[in-house]
Amino acid sequence: MAQGNGAGASQIVIDRLSHMYRPAHGRPVLAVDDVSLAVGHREFIALLGPSGCGKSTLLYLLGGFLPTEAGTITVDGKPVRGPGPDRGIVFQHFALFPWKTVRANVMYGLKRAGLPRGEQEKRAQDFIDLVGLHGFEDSYPSQLSGGMKQRTAIARTLAIDPKILLMDEPFGALDAQTRSLMQEELLGIWQRSPKTVIFVTHDVQEAVYLAQRVAVMSARPGRIKAIIETKFDRSDPHLTKTKPFIDKVDEIWELVRAEAIKAQMGRAP
Amino acid sequence: MSAALARVGPALGVGLFRYLPILLLLLLWLAATRFDWVSTGVLPPLPNVLVSGYDLVTEGDFWVNTGSSLYRGGTGLLISIVVGGALGIAMAWWRPLRYVMSPIVEIFYPLPKSALIPVTALWLGYGDTSKILLIFLGCMLPVTIGAYNGARGAEQTLIWSARSLGASRLQTLFDVVVPSALPEMLNGVRTALALSFILLVASELIVARKGLGYLIGFLGDGGNYDGMFAVVLAVAMLGFFADRLYLAFNRWVLRWRE
Repeated sequence: MAQGNGAGASQIVIDRLSHMYRPAHGRPVLAVDDVSLAVGHREFIALLGPSGCGKSTLLYLLGGFLPTEAGTITVDGKPVRGPGPDRGIVFQHFALFPWKTVRANVMYGLKRAGLPRGEQEKRAQDFIDLVGLHGFEDSYPSQLSGGMKQRTAIARTLAIDPKILLMDEPFGALDAQTRSLMQEELLGIWQRSPKTVIFVTHDVQEAVYLAQRVAVMSARPGRIKAIIETKFDRSDPHLTKTKPFIDKVDEIWELVRAEAIKAQMGRAP
Repeated sequence: MSAALARVGPALGVGLFRYLPILLLLLLWLAATRFDWVSTGVLPPLPNVLVSGYDLVTEGDFWVNTGSSLYRGGTGLLISIVVGGALGIAMAWWRPLRYVMSPIVEIFYPLPKSALIPVTALWLGYGDTSKILLIFLGCMLPVTIGAYNGARGAEQTLIWSARSLGASRLQTLFDVVVPSALPEMLNGVRTALALSFILLVASELIVARKGLGYLIGFLGDGGNYDGMFAVVLAVAMLGFFADRLYLAFNRWVLRWRE
């Protein structure tokens, strides 16, 4: 029984999904426990929880990078059986190909899609311009700042036009100013060309600011503790200073805090 | 023109300063024989060695032997890079191969490869092929181990990124794993390059009728110590320039690293 925003409208349906994380050494850990969730077309949903709560594991299962062992995940009615260009991913540490230039990184997915060379270059240029990296096409990732690396990664993923965007703490490795700028730009991109976005974060304010719904996850084993509507008028430049916004952040923070404490205790020797 | 000179000038200065100790060593050699600190039977005077070297170079015998050595060393090294690199990456990629090859690599890695000189001579005789096989076998493992470690270190998120951008599993091997393996593999190749010179000269000294190692032995046996020293110097310079050239190539291939 999946919790969603209206039957039939769901693009992604996760049903009673569990996943056992098996480290090479040590005991297996139940990382995701009986999670059910439905996500609508073009919805922006945040998965929020303390570190190690299994939210990234859930995202990797959605991406098809890890095998589904118990429960099901369907996208547009079809079970997920592996990675595919319908689900683009952006990682916290960028995961750019360090031996490729910005342009070659953005062109990679287009090359794999079999586009003609000229088409690849034109489309790559459009997305490089979109994320504001004009003039850095021939730079290697090692020559870029963290923010520019993440812009490149976002351009690379957007270029293949995935229906679903999976984001794994994409701004977690950036400094505060860059992060807030990137959040605004992501919202802008999402409003101009809406995609379904699943955004993993442990930052409450970020989740409330970006997402339409926030799924709060519990400490390990990862379960969905609550799903909270966070619909605000994002065109208001002072949104984060308004009372309803602050109240919402406080409400969710209370939920997360208990879990963060539990996670801390669980880690103590 | 003058701007270019201004750039080259300091670089030249730094280069001279850096290799100053070599110059001092040559001066010491000059002085040692001039003032009879050592007998010329042990160390022939540098000018004599240079004259001998000039004679060898102009007579052409030297070049035939150099060509022969370069052919053997180059071919053996090239095969070791291709086979060794492919083996290392395949071991990282495919677990059954890893289980089969790991103990074999571990046992043969510390083996002094010069012990194979008589073995390859027994199999293939005194000619080129025995040297090529020797250098191939002797130089392969450092490349294999470098490629293996580099490929094992390929980042999971890079492989996942490639997959979600539409690459098949096999495509991630060539698009992600191979370039990830490159830096460590190229380190292994540098070790292999140094090893190839050692094995080349050693094997030519013992079992050969051509090559620089053979020439050193031949001149030494004939009592032409000036000539022998000249060829030893030539081999040392060849090794040095091969290493410099390789490092420049390495920097170019890995230019994406800062």
